[in-house]
Amino acid sequence: MLEHRLKPLTPLGHVKPIKSAYGPITITEIVDVALASLAIRRDQTEAFTRAATTIGIPLPQPGNYTADQPFSAFWLGPEQWMVEAPFASHEDIVAVLRPAFGATASITEQTDAWVRFDVVGRDLPTMFERLCAFDLRRHGSGTSTRTMIEHLGCYIVVHSEDRISVIGPRSSAHSIDHALLSAAKSAF
Amino acid sequence: MTQIRRIAGGHIDRSKTLNFTFDGKAYLGHPGDTLASALLANGVQLMGRSFKYHRPRGPIASGSEEPNALVELRTGARQEPNTRATVAELFEGLEAKSQNRWPSLSFDAMSINDRLSSFLTAGFYYKTFMWPASFWEKLYEPLIRHAAGLGSLSKQHDPDTYDKGFLHCDLLVIGAGPSGLAAALTAGRAGARVILADEDFAFGGRLNAETFSIGDDSGAGWAVKTVAELAALPNVRLMSRTTILGAFDHGIYSAVERVSDHLAVPVDGKPRQILWRIYSKRAILAAGAIERPIAFENNDRPGIMLAGALRAYANRWGVAVGDRVAVFTNNDDGVRSALDLQAKGVDVAALIDSRADAAPVNGLRHIRGGEVVNSSGRLGLTSITVRMANGGTDIIPVSALGVSGGWNPNLNIASHQRGRPVWNDAIAAFVPGPDGPAGLSVAGAASGAFSTHAALQTGAMEAVKALGAIGIAAKPIEIPKAEDAPLSITPLWYVHSGKGRAWIDQQNDVTVKDVKLAHQENFRSVEHLKRYTTLGMATDQGKTSNILGLAIMAELTGKPIPETGTTIYRPPYTPVAMGALGGRSRGEHFKPTRLTPSHKWATEQGAIFVEVGMWLRTQWIPKPSETTWRQSVDREVSATRKSVGICDVTTLGKIDIQGTDAGLFLDRVYANTFSTLGVGKVRYGLMLREDGIVMDDGTTARLGEHEYVTTTTTANAVPVFRHLEYCRQVLWPDLDVQLISTTEAWAQYSVAGPNARKLLEKLVDQDISNEAFPYMACGEITVCGGLRARLFRISFSGELAYEIAVPTRYGDAMIRALVEAGREFDAVVYGTEALGVMRVEKGHVAGNELNGQSTALNMGLGKMVSKKKDSIGMVLSQREGLNQETGLRLVGVKPVDPSKLLTAGSHFIAHGKSPVAAHDDGWLTSVVFSPDLGHSIALGYLKNGSTRLGERIRTVNLLAKTEVEVEIVSPHFIDPEGERLRA
Repeated sequence: MLEHRLKPLTPLGHVKPIKSAYGPITITEIVDVALASLAIRRDQTEAFTRAATTIGIPLPQPGNYTADQPFSAFWLGPEQWMVEAPFASHEDIVAVLRPAFGATASITEQTDAWVRFDVVGRDLPTMFERLCAFDLRRHGSGTSTRTMIEHLGCYIVVHSEDRISVIGPRSSAHSIDHALLSAAKSAF
Repeated sequence: MTQIRRIAGGHIDRSKTLNFTFDGKAYLGHPGDTLASALLANGVQLMGRSFKYHRPRGPIASGSEEPNALVELRTGARQEPNTRATVAELFEGLEAKSQNRWPSLSFDAMSINDRLSSFLTAGFYYKTFMWPASFWEKLYEPLIRHAAGLGSLSKQHDPDTYDKGFLHCDLLVIGAGPSGLAAALTAGRAGARVILADEDFAFGGRLNAETFSIGDDSGAGWAVKTVAELAALPNVRLMSRTTILGAFDHGIYSAVERVSDHLAVPVDGKPRQILWRIYSKRAILAAGAIERPIAFENNDRPGIMLAGALRAYANRWGVAVGDRVAVFTNNDDGVRSALDLQAKGVDVAALIDSRADAAPVNGLRHIRGGEVVNSSGRLGLTSITVRMANGGTDIIPVSALGVSGGWNPNLNIASHQRGRPVWNDAIAAFVPGPDGPAGLSVAGAASGAFSTHAALQTGAMEAVKALGAIGIAAKPIEIPKAEDAPLSITPLWYVHSGKGRAWIDQQNDVTVKDVKLAHQENFRSVEHLKRYTTLGMATDQGKTSNILGLAIMAELTGKPIPETGTTIYRPPYTPVAMGALGGRSRGEHFKPTRLTPSHKWATEQGAIFVEVGMWLRTQWIPKPSETTWRQSVDREVSATRKSVGICDVTTLGKIDIQGTDAGLFLDRVYANTFSTLGVGKVRYGLMLREDGIVMDDGTTARLGEHEYVTTTTTANAVPVFRHLEYCRQVLWPDLDVQLISTTEAWAQYSVAGPNARKLLEKLVDQDISNEAFPYMACGEITVCGGLRARLFRISFSGELAYEIAVPTRYGDAMIRALVEAGREFDAVVYGTEALGVMRVEKGHVAGNELNGQSTALNMGLGKMVSKKKDSIGMVLSQREGLNQETGLRLVGVKPVDPSKLLTAGSHFIAHGKSPVAAHDDGWLTSVVFSPDLGHSIALGYLKNGSTRLGERIRTVNLLAKTEVEVEIVSPHFIDPEGERLRA
């Protein structure tokens, strides 16, 4: 835990993350996950993969998400992943990953570039078909994709049949929150 | 108030009665009625007035192809014009009004147009309203605008919400008549993901309007059973009240689902309609066929309708359109209407069959070889005039007439994406051609297979074929016994007799005479015919009229119909509310909003915000005593230059660039050099387009040997990132470079002014003295006891300045800490206006100068384009045209009389020259008031500007009607030697 004097705010602009409920679902702001983009540098695939195995970072295939402890990851692009870790222990996530990967990877802190909303409940496809083109009825646990939600480029991570993360641009947290709640009210 | 035309039977629920009004008069109907069927049941045939001639009109159809019965549905904010009464589901309390008439439907003063019809023929407006020319703007245009248009708007805000949604399926079946149901059942039983959509509120299509049987069930009964089985299948999605609007690329179809239109008021929180984007692997068009009439003189009276509609009203809705009816037909299907009505006890006065050789029909007066040549009855049909085969005439009193000229396969959607239909002689109609939208096949009447048996069979077979193409094995359903009669048609498009007008397109009031006129005026191609006469250009897209028009043109030109061709349809299939197309993107949610990390704090201060793309940025922060924005902005500028100012600059794009070739990459995308930049240093960069024009500018900082952060202007953050990704992926995929945007990840504040360092020293944990952190240095630091941060010593204002970045979640805390630390220095937080004043005072170019037409040379930055290395735009920036001596150069401008205000956009015109383009020497790009200098200043592009310092010239603005004499000066108004920067 860092000892500095500055207090953080959530993406929705509060001290504590917000949880809202509607019908069968809840929408929760998740602020305790650190994020980093991890991209292989040229000709470093072997060394990179060894480093990832050593430190315990999964490298899922395109369209996939793999959860592990403490690191989870979803595929971003060719030879690129978004790595997740607990914020409490890995806040300066680049400082943790750099020694492990050295010159084999380009690593960039992404934690506060994004807002994450976890939508929990049953029959999530009925809500998400009002939001984006991702075919949730054909994509189950462990899938992930980039999609558009109300004009915003977002990532969707399917943790399970009843828990989906929506990861969107942090500065538009209010717009995303509004879109999710409106879709829930329409669908249920 | 009894429903005088109601007869037995029909699929309506007589156990419930619904109250509704039309033009203020109260009527009764039942669930299952449409507004049209209920009005007809009450004996109301007159429902509208035609567009051009204001002729009294009633419905000719019973479905969405209806051209005449357009009403204003609902009142108040939910009022909607041009609603087809034939598809409006009746509900309790429904209110509807006729439109396009004044003062009333039965007495419409505008019907004077009908008397002036000779002057109002097709294309009349190409020949009138020409003289005198001055009358156009003041008289003719307002007159025409007033008369034009169909229906009226409430002008109130639409209170309903509309959703957009996305669906996926293996097979989309468009239409739930016998062919669609057979297809859906076949596919559903095979386990495929099926979506079955129909615009009607009840599935079954024409089965609900006919007296056919399917197996041991009635047609309608079979439909109900089939729908029940489909509803129980988890892989099938049934969508009634859903119109497929159009076929788009990759098997994507748009659809509008009317969720709440059949309710008086939508359920709170639920949308009125949903616009669906349906991603299908395959689709089957099972949209049935639409009947066409035969044109004859005065064939448009209320009570005259398509024969199929006549029997649909009888069979589906239990309504006799008239107490005494006749049928005029050229095919066997029309005969069926006469028989069905007779079977329901309606008085069928005659069956007029244009086919002299038709098989005689017993039990009613079958006039073979006859034609209806005229009708009478102004507000409703009272009689028809029939010409017999032997030439004699008979006037037959009737109050309704069904007309059947044949059936057109409803190939509308199959012709989207330019799918040309193909003529079929056997049914005298067009059928879908082979080049329609990919993945779309056609079944049932839409393909020209008219009988019930053929519909069932083709529906099942097409489903098997479609699924087979995507690897799903399916067995066709067993086809129950059903009628299999052929159409047996002898084409007759219009009756060749009578001097009066015979109507083809009833919505746009286009007649046979208009087609003849088009032919006479040599507008003979089918595309010209359409546009000259407006045939098919109304809201019904000519569903019941197109083919009549082109058949008549074919006859006139002596060409066969296939050679004459046909116009094709385009989406939407039927009109769709603009609200549905907008979805949730309306009002404050029209586009997403991006809030800066200091937004909360700024709101607390009462900041005025400005929209910059999707961002809300602080524009200025007024103090309670200030009444004008100039006071606030002048104060912010003065306070910053006097002591210190803080500004949120998070919105400028930040791009993280890493990799062993990062420096080389930057050398290629920037005009100047970055591979030589030392670690811990920042450099201003200019990015050119391929054609040598400046695309963007910014600063790039080198944080490590293989790590840079590039900044962009706010507006270009996304375009530059896209451009860099394009370069990385497409132009130089062999370079070792990785990119990612970090605009959102870091809150960034500018701290500028003589006390900037002193302020920051209170927060930064490390040594940032001038020696340790000189001008244009950068580095990773910590603040406030250990929070990771970044510091860049760069200046936009020309003052001693830094930009400090912390992870965004600490952005709010950071601005508060800066403000608190700045208190002892009377620090001010400044917004974009003050930011703009200071950069103009310093002579920095920004968006107004980076206008997509200007080069580095224009901006006085020509030396920044290195010739020692190749970079994007370097070669073309050397084009002769871009390097003229007399080309535009960036200059500073000040008014000769300091009390005069300059206006941006004013043009430089030399003394003694008139303000015309030939004398244009350039223009003022950015104008601000400088509190430091006490007068207006500007930057501008002036021809040959670098040799004209000290010159006096006029700046003229013809729009603002101002003219100010100015002196050309250096663009660097403040601290031209840059001493403050290096303090």
